[in-house]
Amino acid sequence: MEQIEYVRPRSLTEAYDTLSNGRRSVFLAGGTDIVVQLREGRRSADQVVDLKHVPELMALRFLDDGTLEIGAATCCAEIYEHPEVQAKLPALIDSASLIGGIQIQGRASLGGNVCNASPAADSAPTLIALGAQLLIGSKRGTRELPVEEFFRGPGQNALEQDEILVQIRIPPQPARSGAFFNRFIPRNEMDIAVANAAARITLSADGSTIEDARVAIGAVAPTPLLATSAAEALRGKAPERETFEAAGQAAAALANPIDDMRGGIAQRRHLARVLTIRALENAYNRAKEGI
Amino acid sequence: MRRTQVQIRLNGEDIDVLCEPRQTLLELLRDELNLTGTKEGCSNGNCGACNVMFNGRLVNSCCVLAPEVDGGEVTTIEGVAQGDHLHPLQQTFLSEAALQCGICTPGFIVAAKALLDREPDADADRIRHWLAGNLCRCTGYDKIVKAVLAAEAQSREAATR
Ligand SMILES: Cc1cc2nc3c(=O)[nH]c(=O)nc-3n(C[C@H](O)[C@H](O)[C@H](O)COP(=O)(O)OP(=O)(O)OC[C@H]3O[C@@H](n4cnc5c(N)ncnc54)[C@H](O)[C@@H]3O)c2cc1C
Ligand code: FES
Ligand code: FES
Repeated sequence: MEQIEYVRPRSLTEAYDTLSNGRRSVFLAGGTDIVVQLREGRRSADQVVDLKHVPELMALRFLDDGTLEIGAATCCAEIYEHPEVQAKLPALIDSASLIGGIQIQGRASLGGNVCNASPAADSAPTLIALGAQLLIGSKRGTRELPVEEFFRGPGQNALEQDEILVQIRIPPQPARSGAFFNRFIPRNEMDIAVANAAARITLSADGSTIEDARVAIGAVAPTPLLATSAAEALRGKAPERETFEAAGQAAAALANPIDDMRGGIAQRRHLARVLTIRALENAYNRAKEGI
Repeated sequence: MRRTQVQIRLNGEDIDVLCEPRQTLLELLRDELNLTGTKEGCSNGNCGACNVMFNGRLVNSCCVLAPEVDGGEVTTIEGVAQGDHLHPLQQTFLSEAALQCGICTPGFIVAAKALLDREPDADADRIRHWLAGNLCRCTGYDKIVKAVLAAEAQSREAATR
């Protein structure tokens, strides 16, 4: 690794200031992507800005209105060990508990996962399905962006040079809704997804129809995708196998996968369909518990 | 070459050490502090040979920058035994022959200890899941899982004596 400075801002203001000192910066949250990329020469920088001592970036709490505020640098283990998150947002636990192994989960953050902008990022479909908003800050002020608009291509995100992802905000989930995330990897753990998918279903008061849905797929296109056509195939329909199959087809039709050592094009398209169906079935089971 | 000072509580002792900001915690331990019990396997987060405890969590020291641990607490494999008295896991890795070449062993022991400190009765499935981030090319894992179970049994026995 080339020579590099390490800086540890203690506040957002300090963090923004370090970005205007003329040095080329990279951010360090859990380091599970960036430390390896720096050492392997895939990224270079003059300074590493450690975000873990900025209080806003280490937050994990429910606001009075039920919104979950996740500091961008909070690690996966903090999230899946949180009893209230376990009870209210099981789909988030699905994702946080399978990013890497235990050693990775004690460091890896959701902020790092989305900022790294891998098409296969395992938190992305879940955050999209849950309707998460990203709070982005800079010296100029703050802005919010729906997470599905954040990804711009492999390794590319919507942040400007002077911006930091401060928090991920998950709004209170609709009544009678349930969400689920799943992925396919060739091993049982510790691998990058060949494909992944998440879904949220909201049921009508009597549980007989799907009032609303959000479906998201990953690793089958240059960015994780919100599959609006899959949601359309679900709205107003009965929550049954045929409906889920149709939504799976719609999701697979959006897939524009690559062929690489992890999987082929046809396999990935097939997985987008199957994983969407499984996400829907399991999301439905979770939604039923709320009726 | 600019070096920065890092203060750590390392295996229960407060120390000051100089490092380069680009060094990893693994390099700090092995190259600056001569604590070579922590091993380098892949240097990219996949093998667990470099596992240490950092502020109460199990981490891959190859994915931590040395200056990050300034002000923190680190425990390595060298901090697992109490003087000459081996930790139950160290005893059962020997008695169950849970190692061959041994390069993965410090990482497995540090990782398994992190599990047993939280969940002293973890079953075989839980042990396998917890240790999924540790790779071993020699043993085929069964003996490692047996050694962890044996260490649990030994600790339970010691507690009832
Ligand atoms: C062995 C191993 C297994 C893995 N398994 C998985 C897996 O199963 N699923 C998966 O999705 N990923 C996996 N990963 C990848 C990685 O662990 C995740 O992407 C992780 O969530 C990254 O988070 P981090 O906090 O470590 O990010 P870092 O490495 O600290 O940062 C990642 C990138 O985001 C930028 N960044 C971080 N925080 C911010 C911020 N607040 N604002 C602006 N930019 C920021 C950094 O500059 C950097 O470019 C694995 C990695 C390893 C080494
Ligand atoms: S050397 Fe750190 S995980 Fe392999
Ligand atoms: S004993 Fe040789 S790698 Fe595990």
